[in-house]
Amino acid sequence: MDERAGEIVKFDNVGLRYGTDQEVLSDLSFTLFPGRFYFLTGASGAGKTSLLKLLYLAQRPSRGAIRMFGKDMITLPRRRLPDFRRRLGVVFQDFRLIDHLSAFDNVALPLRLSGTDEAKVLKSVSDLLAWVGLTHRAHALPSTMSGGEQQRVAIARAVIARPRMLIADEPTGNVDPEMALKLLRLFEALNNRVGTTVVVATHDVHLIRKVPDSLIMRLHDGRLSDPTGALRFPPRPDNGRAGLA
Amino acid sequence: MSAPPLPKQDAAEGAPRHRELPRMRRGHAARLLPPTRLGGPIPWVIAILIALVVIAAAGGLALRNLADNARADLSGALTVQILEAEPERRAELAEIAARIIAAQDNVKSVRIVPDAEIDALLEPWLGAAAESEDLPVPALIDIELAGPASPQAIARLESAVRADVPSARVDAQSEWLRPVYDALAALQYLALALIALVGFATAAAVWLAARSAFSSHRGTVEIVHLLGGTDAQVTRIFLRSVVRDAAIGAFIGLGLGIAAVWVLGRQFAGLDSGMVSGGGLGWQDWAAITAIPVGGVLLAYATGRLTIMRALRAML
Repeated sequence: MDERAGEIVKFDNVGLRYGTDQEVLSDLSFTLFPGRFYFLTGASGAGKTSLLKLLYLAQRPSRGAIRMFGKDMITLPRRRLPDFRRRLGVVFQDFRLIDHLSAFDNVALPLRLSGTDEAKVLKSVSDLLAWVGLTHRAHALPSTMSGGEQQRVAIARAVIARPRMLIADEPTGNVDPEMALKLLRLFEALNNRVGTTVVVATHDVHLIRKVPDSLIMRLHDGRLSDPTGALRFPPRPDNGRAGLA
Repeated sequence: MSAPPLPKQDAAEGAPRHRELPRMRRGHAARLLPPTRLGGPIPWVIAILIALVVIAAAGGLALRNLADNARADLSGALTVQILEAEPERRAELAEIAARIIAAQDNVKSVRIVPDAEIDALLEPWLGAAAESEDLPVPALIDIELAGPASPQAIARLESAVRADVPSARVDAQSEWLRPVYDALAALQYLALALIALVGFATAAAVWLAARSAFSSHRGTVEIVHLLGGTDAQVTRIFLRSVVRDAAIGAFIGLGLGIAAVWVLGRQFAGLDSGMVSGGGLGWQDWAAITAIPVGGVLLAYATGRLTIMRALRAML
């Protein structure tokens, strides 16, 4: 099955180990579909960040098969990875902004890497910074910004190139509840209005409940459990919420 | 919440393949790495190494010129010694030998070296005794052949002279200087070896600097990679600073090297020695010396590129 048939990501029996240690992820098999909103839950150490690393192509699995956008990622030559990374937007748990670049330049980076015309970069970044309420901080360095401001810069950078899939690792972990809700609404808007597939790793059950149409994947000791049936397609009518603790 | 104001769909899915990607604009690419200052050691290390190459190259070229000029001057030059203890007979034999030599086909000029000139040559070693009639100094005849002083030409001339002047001995002047030529050739090889070693040291310095810079900015490189940056884009960013540092160092080194060569040249010119004066540098030599910084920058570029590409290949 390829992308035309409706898949954006397909994991088949994927395992991941670092060095010779035990597997941190085992036997992962699931499919993500375009335009859906996924939550990835699990306790700390369950393997959420490792799974996200596989999704945003920062890591290759130790075993199994991964297809993304209709292509086999296991045999994909390293030189072709940038093509696929440009289709993804990533919000890292620690933001990973470039310290010596201003908020504007951090947000502009994906467009500039893809060779976008500078006039278009200026307009797009200005509009997006206004949208996340950071116009007045456009020239600020990350080190002078609050956690919430850095978070919004990281999100703006993740979405500026209009990714096919947005991956966010604990995006609300460092902000107050009000800002967390605002960021969640931003993801929803991106999902609903632009059609971006969204994958958000979180262990905040209250946050999950606030996105009624979302699907839930749960990791436990590196294995994906699907007690709620959220990963079935089409999903159960309640998207697995009945199984949430 | 309203939809985010995103650009039209051409930056992600519709973006060109990485092989076709245009380069990042110069200023934006440069800013991806934090600005560094000239106080870093690399420009100065490269300056010292390039200065050494300039001095070694200038020395090697001067030695080559010196040897070439001496060879050219002496290639057709012969000296005939008349070994006779009695001064009047010695002068008579010298006249006979000079006439015989002048009659030969391939002889361009013949000159009996005056006694005063011989005394002047010996004076620095023998002092006033050089002018003594009791000192059995041979008579000397300088000959310049129309062609090179080949062994056959020397044998032919010696045979003709010895028929009437058996005590005559014919020597090619270049043979006297053979040990000097050999020493000059050894010094030229030494200069070449020094240039090769310094080139190797320059490459090693750039390799270390590039590795160190890459390690320092590994986090930035990872972010750029994860945002879809290609190896070529990352390499260009690093090479910009490598080439800038190398260029600054190379041209400072050229200045230092030329200053040292100029001072040495003045010192040797002060010797006022005939042989040393043949070791000056021509415009081609200066052109080669001024090209050394360009070679240094190219070497730094190639080394830096190789180092960064290898480091990137170790990453996903």
